[in-house]
Amino acid sequence: MSASALLALSEGSCHLVPEGCGFPAPNTEIFNFDSVVEFSLFGLEFHITKPLILLLIGALLIVVFFVLAFRKAKIVPRGIQGLGEYGYLFVRDGIARETIGKAGDQFVPLLFTFFFFVWVLNIMSILPFAQFPVTSRFAIPVAFAILVYLVWVPLGVKKQGLVFFKNMTMPPDVPKAMYVLLVPIEILSNFIVRPFTHSVRLFANMFAGHMLLVTFSVATWYLLSPNIVGIIGSGASFVVTVGLTGFELLIQGLQAYVFTLLAAVYINDAVNAH
Amino acid sequence: MSLLAAAAGVTGSLGSIGYGLAAIGPGIGVGIIFGQGVQAIARQPEAYSTIRANMLLGFALTEALALIGFVAPFVFGT
Repeated sequence: MSASALLALSEGSCHLVPEGCGFPAPNTEIFNFDSVVEFSLFGLEFHITKPLILLLIGALLIVVFFVLAFRKAKIVPRGIQGLGEYGYLFVRDGIARETIGKAGDQFVPLLFTFFFFVWVLNIMSILPFAQFPVTSRFAIPVAFAILVYLVWVPLGVKKQGLVFFKNMTMPPDVPKAMYVLLVPIEILSNFIVRPFTHSVRLFANMFAGHMLLVTFSVATWYLLSPNIVGIIGSGASFVVTVGLTGFELLIQGLQAYVFTLLAAVYINDAVNAH
Repeated sequence: MSLLAAAAGVTGSLGSIGYGLAAIGPGIGVGIIFGQGVQAIARQPEAYSTIRANMLLGFALTEALALIGFVAPFVFGT
């Protein structure tokens, strides 16, 4: 860049942003993508967008990783198999057995799939070139939550019979008169709000995280100019972006864990009557 | 009546204010949960895994309130 261009840069402050002079604050538009491929099949319109491609890549990554890990399983695990077994044991001992107890072993495959699928989809948020958390599209956590709901409600009916609904809505050792108040609240919180919060928790965390990262990345670029204010502002935004990336890495793991833990807690309600 | 008239004049990012209000309660709740959780671990370090699981569970349930406050402006916003 020539000296005169640098001088021009230091004088004005809206040179780096293509349109207008204001700060291009990110809004919900950053979550909408144009379709990469469009085709119609059997009269249905299909629009393949970036989140869908990332979803498929995520599924493929997990399949490839665990096939590689357990393809030639040995008694004494080495290398990638050790890593795979560590992940499996974390879900089995840390989530399934911890919350469901001995009956939890049969649900390990489900919980294991949820944990790693959600985690990989979350990590897409900070992977270079992907940089979009797939779970911040609401449809995807909703699909997961519906799946969990369809597992634990029929399971409860199967294991406990229709008493399951009584167990879920009428906690014992409560004065009889209180049931008038308690039963509607329990129905609302256990059967209606539960799948909603289960999905919103994951969605909103990833949504907010992506929004924060985009805001500070845009600010880094927007404030960049060769004068003291620009250097300080842009540098501070860049440091915050890097720090937030580390923080997001923590949140992504935590949210995958919390999603799986809650799924296990719901299954526990169905399996073990209380 | 004058309150209503004053409220009608409020413009700008009300969603941000709503989120700020929605975050007060969960903020206190999350603080209590982790404070008590750390105290419990300090008292009984051998029960760490059980306490951690329950602590994160309580954290997740409390945090949902703040997150609903965060999402509501996007859903019901103009």
